[in-house]
Amino acid sequence: MSTTEGGLTWTVYDADKLTQREIYGLVLTEMGERHPEIVGLSADLAKSTKIGTFGERFPERFFNFGIAEQNLFGVAAGMAKAGLVPFVSTFSSFASMRACEFLRTDVCYQNLNVKVIATHGGTSFGSAGATHHSTEDLSIVRAFANLTVIVPADGIETARAVRACMEIAGPVYIRIGRGFEPRVYDSEDYPFEIGQAVEMCPGTDLTVICCGPVVYHAVQAAKILREEQRVSVRVLNMHTIKPIDEAAILRAVADTRRIVTFEDHSVIGGLGTAVADVIAASGKGCAFEKAGIPDEFSMHGYPEDLMHHYKIDTDGILEKIGEVLGRDFEADEDWEDEV
Amino acid sequence: MPLPAEERARLKRIAFEIRQQIVDVTAWSGGAHIGGALSMTDILTILYFKYLNIEPAQPDWPDRDRFVLSKGHGGVGHAVALAHRGYFPKEDLREFNATGSKLGMHLDSRKAVGVDVSTGSMGHGLSQAVGLALAARVLRKNWRTYCIVGDGESNEGSIWEAAMAAHHYKLANLTAFCDRNHMMIDGLTEEVMGLEPLAAKWTAFGWQVRSVNGHDFDELADAVEFALANADGPVMIIADTVKGKGVDFMENDPAWHYGGLGGELLAKARASLERMA
Repeated sequence: MSTTEGGLTWTVYDADKLTQREIYGLVLTEMGERHPEIVGLSADLAKSTKIGTFGERFPERFFNFGIAEQNLFGVAAGMAKAGLVPFVSTFSSFASMRACEFLRTDVCYQNLNVKVIATHGGTSFGSAGATHHSTEDLSIVRAFANLTVIVPADGIETARAVRACMEIAGPVYIRIGRGFEPRVYDSEDYPFEIGQAVEMCPGTDLTVICCGPVVYHAVQAAKILREEQRVSVRVLNMHTIKPIDEAAILRAVADTRRIVTFEDHSVIGGLGTAVADVIAASGKGCAFEKAGIPDEFSMHGYPEDLMHHYKIDTDGILEKIGEVLGRDFEADEDWEDEV
Repeated sequence: MPLPAEERARLKRIAFEIRQQIVDVTAWSGGAHIGGALSMTDILTILYFKYLNIEPAQPDWPDRDRFVLSKGHGGVGHAVALAHRGYFPKEDLREFNATGSKLGMHLDSRKAVGVDVSTGSMGHGLSQAVGLALAARVLRKNWRTYCIVGDGESNEGSIWEAAMAAHHYKLANLTAFCDRNHMMIDGLTEEVMGLEPLAAKWTAFGWQVRSVNGHDFDELADAVEFALANADGPVMIIADTVKGKGVDFMENDPAWHYGGLGGELLAKARASLERMA
């Protein structure tokens, strides 16, 4: 496949053959043709994160820093200070934890134009175990002022997010998987705006708010419920965790009065917490539950087995929806007036 | 080669004025990292008043040389040097550490005019300096990057990550100083966490190393001239300094890492500077 054609977009054909990381590498290379200010940085994970694709095309604009993630982010800050736009790729566990303070203090505090493409998010590195799982990163980086946080649902959305992050004059954290995540979109022909949830399925009985690889499963679960049980589940792909789409959450509160969040991340501090903050501040009654990795270290296993174990695959989502559908909530008569 | 006598005298006078002002700001602001600011004053002076290619009237001039204070707690010294170089009025130093001020203990590059990067947490500045030096290469610019690293700060592993990268990428446009004042908060560096043999460490990391008296402008100038002429890679100038330099009751006392100058102390400190000038 050619990587240098201008205006190249990604379709079902590409997405079925390529992982999120591979699409990222190709899109970044394509962007590099038009943006001489883009530089690529990695820490001995150029091959694993696919930023190496950019490095092969632009060797003079690609820098490997060895296994030294603190320096990786400090250097990125320095380069951004001089007007370059560094794309920094490493595993999300290292970007958010090993280099945490360098991302926070060097990049975010100075509001620098650094784009972090954090791969192997959540439990996607399966058999590598908790050392290489990243189930706290959203909780950590969401707290950094100036930082935009995006979790694309699949390879096609990764392409959209990587393109869109160039429009933001400031730091962006894009968390993608290891690959092998099932495709959600057929093509790039759908509305993608940073900070705006995508309604994957309309619904009135309950809203599922999710991100990343869970979106595919939520859509499958909604389909099954609609066809087999005539239950109408709205699915919101909340690809931007920060700034979060408050309006979409408040509409879901008003319209469905039941919300469940699903994420490949700890239930502490990630998407679910961000949604809970909005609901709590609204003062509206709403049955609510957040699902994800419980407050424990995730185990080794194949990624799909782990998603099943932690009940964030189709089966788990169906089970949780069943629980929350039967739950009472405090009705509030002036909902419609205020939302 | 020794500096011309006039230039040496000029630099000495400026360094004296900067030290006076550091002492004043420490008194006004209720306290500052005065010991390490006084130890690196001569390095700041020779950079800001001899070597840095800068335009204070155009602080964002793209082709300016860059300076990174990796030991960011020396912000009081850096702020005073910037004011003396004309980046902002000296009166602004009255607001140092004040609520909402543009100037505080660790300088914010988005608020303090003339500060190229924000620093404060130890072990971050040298990496940012490496990034600036690499950016000059990508952008095909001739500006240079200078950085002052603290000796205590050199305990941080990230300093050595940056050291490796600067050598790997052969950053001859990067010149660093180590303000070797031999002290950190809890005492002598060699007692808290030994750094020696420090020059051998930098040499082993692939840097060209010059060891100088950090209060001798001739030696400092020689070392910078060596760095300017060197095309092979980064240069580390280990500047042997005295913590609290110029104020007799502060010199070589780790207790003056951070302190205030209330009551009679300000007059005593000023008198000492006069005597020792």
